[in-house]
Amino acid sequence: MMTTWARISPRPMKIALGLAVAAIVAAGCGSSGSSASSGATSSSQGTGTGTTGLTVPTANLPVLKKVGAGEGQLNLIAWSGYLDPKWVKPFEQQTGCQVNAKYANTSDEMVALMKDGGGGQYDMVSSSGDADLRILYASWKQFFPAFQSPPFNTINGVHYGVSLQWGPNVLMYNTKDFPAAPPSWDVIYNPKYKGQVTVPDNPIQIADAALYLKTHNPSLGITDPYELTQPQFQAAVSLLAGQRPLIEKYWDLASQEIFDFKNGNAIVGAGWPYQVSALEADKFPIGSEVPSEGATGWADTWMLAAKAPHPNCAYMWMQYISTPKVQAEQAITYGETPDNSLACGYMDQMQPGSCAQYHANAPLSYLSTIALWKTPIATCDNGKPDCVPYAEWVSAWNTQVK
Amino acid sequence: MTATAAPVLEKPAQRNTMWSRVSAALWRRPWTRATILLTPPLAWFVLIYLASLAVLLITAFWQINPFTTNIERVWSLNNFTAIFTSPAYRAIILRTVGMAAAVTVVDAAVAFPFAYFMARIASPRTRTALFVAILLPLWASYLAKVYSWLVIFTRGGILDWASGKIGLGQVHLLYTNWAVFTVFCYLWLPFMIIPVYAALERIPASQIEASQDLGGRTWRTTRLVLLPLALPGIVAGSIFTFSLTLGDYITPLLVGGTSAEFIGNVIYTNIGIANNVPFAAAMACIPIAIMAIYLLGARALGAFEAI
Repeated sequence: MMTTWARISPRPMKIALGLAVAAIVAAGCGSSGSSASSGATSSSQGTGTGTTGLTVPTANLPVLKKVGAGEGQLNLIAWSGYLDPKWVKPFEQQTGCQVNAKYANTSDEMVALMKDGGGGQYDMVSSSGDADLRILYASWKQFFPAFQSPPFNTINGVHYGVSLQWGPNVLMYNTKDFPAAPPSWDVIYNPKYKGQVTVPDNPIQIADAALYLKTHNPSLGITDPYELTQPQFQAAVSLLAGQRPLIEKYWDLASQEIFDFKNGNAIVGAGWPYQVSALEADKFPIGSEVPSEGATGWADTWMLAAKAPHPNCAYMWMQYISTPKVQAEQAITYGETPDNSLACGYMDQMQPGSCAQYHANAPLSYLSTIALWKTPIATCDNGKPDCVPYAEWVSAWNTQVK
Repeated sequence: MTATAAPVLEKPAQRNTMWSRVSAALWRRPWTRATILLTPPLAWFVLIYLASLAVLLITAFWQINPFTTNIERVWSLNNFTAIFTSPAYRAIILRTVGMAAAVTVVDAAVAFPFAYFMARIASPRTRTALFVAILLPLWASYLAKVYSWLVIFTRGGILDWASGKIGLGQVHLLYTNWAVFTVFCYLWLPFMIIPVYAALERIPASQIEASQDLGGRTWRTTRLVLLPLALPGIVAGSIFTFSLTLGDYITPLLVGGTSAEFIGNVIYTNIGIANNVPFAAAMACIPIAIMAIYLLGARALGAFEAI
């Protein structure tokens, strides 16, 4: 029998292989599995400051007129810390919609996740960028006017999501090494702290460098850190390339930065208020601030997917997350500023002084020091096509900075 | 005893069912039998594994629209040109191959004495215990192992404490390529020990005795008899260590620092974050090509003879 097998084995293998290869050829000639057929969900990105002549493909989608019964599930893509059981559990109990969370670390990951599989997997995403989406209602009238129809989620008067909360990318420092708060961002560019600095592993950091250069190198003429001409862009990238020997670690996950500060791997760096809150909760001597040059920041929106599998639960979530009490809870847990103007009272009830600490009652003057994230595109605000688009930011970050 | 008629042995009725006809036909045609048996697993392998890989790699020749990041099926070699003309990416490729080679060499050097001891010197009980010791980490999750190394290497952690005690001062290995190298060596060691053990176990003791009879001492016997006979096992183990290091991105992400950009990291950032699937696919072709060359070399060295 063994010899029989030895004699016959080549031919059936070839036949079977032939059948299989024919199948591949047929499959390969068809549509590629990786092509994003989800044009409906996320094609136009980043019209950061109002209209630039781009049309939104889902602008004319029919809008849900009435919220019906919940579907029992809700698939959300969120930043770490946005789906704390503290406010998710009451929502699940009230509406019966079980929240399935998927955490992402950058806006780009969120876009990629939303596009995955043609766009029908997730209901909502708390992105800081743009995507094509809709909203019906929320506790919207209580929102600060600046966040009711901001340009990053409302295009041509059509709402694609509901504003959530916002906050700065703060300078974090170990108060044992810096008894006084460093007044400027130059502390993270100072060779004195070689091997002790940590910044996010995110191409949008180039905007932070541009913001620094706006103050420290006015001859470059940078006005908007997200709209950089080639010379301005190169200057920012050079600054970051020069910073590289000082960096201990470019953090990808918020937990990495928390670990590094706790173990003394880093003593100063850029981070989110979430890490600051987490370290403060562990009684670690951490301080944070927005230095004199200002800071980049983010204003987040819960965006609704065009092909959301659970739209009713999604609207219920939007309604729930915009209520003053829940906004207050999230603001205090994460360390950010709520968009609902009535959250202030609840915040002071939960943690005295938090309303002022997170600027929930005087947002406009504070807001003007923050340069909110938006997607850099080739067309500058003045209409000229000189600005550097985001794809180049990514490739410069990967090849020149890191 | 009553005389009974001799039992008549009846020929069992030939049941001419469909099944018996099929069975007979198959028995007569061994080729058809083998084809039917092989097609399902082969089809699964080719359709689901190879076909999806082929589709991904075809994407390497396409581009993305820089604004919408949707894939445009415009055929070009731009991605490959971008990789080979950029000094940063060339450095990344060389760094990855260098790291893979270093991990392979060190793991082979560590695994050989260990496997020799297990195969030829240890008593059966000790051998079993050693086997358990090697295989137990494979049951632990990858992330758990890497995170434990994070804790060991961190500033002020166990390693710094130990090196301080012996007078070396704090070594600060975390977020360096030494940390990445150590973790890789640790992770893939079981994959190297087992094939080497299998190869060494197979060597008849008589050959070593014959070599000693001919005047060969320890080192000569090892070099001229043991190593060549164990080489297929070492090469088989090296396939694991080399290919696993070539594609890994999680260990550099967690314990690597600013100079720990490897091929896997570039692919990871381009798919997940930059949404540039064609570029990531082009980058993925590189380790595939490297491994193809490596496997051809391994076959020439006889690594697959034992299979």
